[in-house]
Amino acid sequence: MSTPVQARTGAMAAAWLLFRRDMRLAMRRWEQIADPLVFFLMITTLFPLALSPELSLLRNVAPGVLWVAALLSSLLAADTLLKSDAADGTLEQCILSGQPLTLLLLAKTLAHWVLSGLPLVLVAPLVAVALGVPATALGVVMAGLLMGTMTLSLLGAIGAALTLGLRRGHLLLSLLVLPLAMPLLIFGARSTELAIAGENASGPLYLVAALMVLALTLAPLTTAAAARIGVE
Amino acid sequence: MQLWRGERHVLRGVSFAVQAGQALHVCGPNGAGKTTLLRVACGLLHPEEGSVSWNGADIRASGSGFLASLAYLGHEPALKGDLTAAENLAFDIGLRHAVDAPQVAATLADLGVADCADLPCRVLSAGQRRRVALSRILLTGAQLWILDEPFTNLDAASCERISAALAQHLARGGLALVAAHQGLNLQAGSVARLELQ
Amino acid sequence: MKWTWFHKLASPPHFYRLAGRLTPWFGWSALIVISAALYGGLVLAPPDYQQGDGFRIVYVHAPAAWMSLFTYVVMAVAAAVGLIWRIKLAHAVAASCAPIGASFTLIALVSGSLWGVPMWGTWWVWDARLTSELILLFLYLGYMALRSSIDDVQRADRAGAILAIVGVINVPIIHYSVEWWNSLHQTSTVMRGDGPAMPASMLTPLLMMFVGFKLYFGAVLLTRVRGEVLRRERNAAWIGEVLQK
Repeated sequence: MSTPVQARTGAMAAAWLLFRRDMRLAMRRWEQIADPLVFFLMITTLFPLALSPELSLLRNVAPGVLWVAALLSSLLAADTLLKSDAADGTLEQCILSGQPLTLLLLAKTLAHWVLSGLPLVLVAPLVAVALGVPATALGVVMAGLLMGTMTLSLLGAIGAALTLGLRRGHLLLSLLVLPLAMPLLIFGARSTELAIAGENASGPLYLVAALMVLALTLAPLTTAAAARIGVE
Repeated sequence: MQLWRGERHVLRGVSFAVQAGQALHVCGPNGAGKTTLLRVACGLLHPEEGSVSWNGADIRASGSGFLASLAYLGHEPALKGDLTAAENLAFDIGLRHAVDAPQVAATLADLGVADCADLPCRVLSAGQRRRVALSRILLTGAQLWILDEPFTNLDAASCERISAALAQHLARGGLALVAAHQGLNLQAGSVARLELQ
Repeated sequence: MKWTWFHKLASPPHFYRLAGRLTPWFGWSALIVISAALYGGLVLAPPDYQQGDGFRIVYVHAPAAWMSLFTYVVMAVAAAVGLIWRIKLAHAVAASCAPIGASFTLIALVSGSLWGVPMWGTWWVWDARLTSELILLFLYLGYMALRSSIDDVQRADRAGAILAIVGVINVPIIHYSVEWWNSLHQTSTVMRGDGPAMPASMLTPLLMMFVGFKLYFGAVLLTRVRGEVLRRERNAAWIGEVLQK
């Protein structure tokens, strides 16, 4: 049973492997995908019930409703991002694999986004229409939420890594991530608002894109540093 | 080497060296700091004072070079319950180097868990999971094995197999750090003991 | 190297003694400067031609708001120093900054809300500065909550440090996004407490107040860090020597 010395797996290949593993795991536990989505739909249903079924009124609050609901369901999902990997020891093995942890966790976050953020973007038009958003604004709504949920997943990963294994970790995660997400909420909701009013929404959309790029570059580094501390 | 965990001074004045072909048997009562010591040796924990060196270089400096030659078995078997044993191993090994499927099957068979290969790990017994996790150690081809209680939940026959695999590893010039309550059933001379209080 | 002074300062026993000697200086000078500034601001300065005596709350509000941000930056820098160079004292400084900063933020919020009554006839306005302060308070609370839920001091130090650094990157983003948001919705209510238009008799006490708050911060920070050092080093031999004196 001699083991020949084999070529090391490249960093990108390792990240891709982790991405595929998480996808496969999700396929075997599809309720994980469904939970945040159902939560998103339910929150958006609360508003017409609490306010009024009047579409003209709902149209005014639709940007806020859509973005707050996206924020909350992302937070709900972020809790599951690293929890099981930390509990069963696979996160430790990832750290000890010698592969760049930043890249591995970026892959993990992207997989998480595909499973929790992307479905939300896809059902957003349905919710938006139900809230009286005109069809012309749906493109901006989806583009904004596409970048916004990605940013939220990246921020949520930082929170998940910082709260690894802590008691009341879930509540703490929201407390840590919500203030960081407020600029995104401002720009995102504004882009939807402009689109509903039929104006050019590119300004706030660019700002949302800028936040996403910032999160893409800095958040995985931070998540990796926090995860190393978290497994101690 | 010194390390504090909260209020407790877990490790104080511990020092050891392991040569190629040698195993270090870390023993001591519960709570003596065996796991902590092994985690420090992996680089998962950092000692307050002192350092861990591999081939003469501090492991924090050599980074992935050290990790490439390390295989660690922790308390948890690090298996995903929803993946089969074979899928788990394919992922773990794949992170390090190319996976050789027949070799994976051979190793699983060697440890007596060939029939578990295509079962999701959540239906396996604790002992079977332990053996799948040990197959990972064998398959990594790493030079340094750090094993935390490898014999837990294993029957006598499996313990024999693991000991044999360990002896073979040492004979090939491998190194091992093993925390275990029972003695290591290995050739005298190749095992050093480190007793923690 | 010239770094020896730095390492000497960062050694807990040395710092403990030095801080003990410095604290009274900071404390008394803070008391004197703040008293003088209060007299200048509340008695000598003329009432504002628009707001009357109501504007005088600026002497508490503006320095508190400034210090709430300043403390966050100090906290993040200390945390980064502690994380990068593994200096325990820097972590103790960061940990001590959080409650002080949160208090300054709270003072800024309460005084700002009180100011709303004479200015806008309401206790709360979604003004840009007040909203930023509110989010800053959340950042402080998150930091303190994270620290308090981790039992191991070193892990709390390092996890807290990461959060503080992430937070400090976000503070300017939050600030400008809130200003931008506010300018879209209610341009008329941007609070202007200071500015070059202020006459010197109003401005001088305000500037003195800024200095006084800094000195006060120094005194409180040194006291808190001493306590933190005592708590962390309670098993070290030098504590016994110090306490017997």
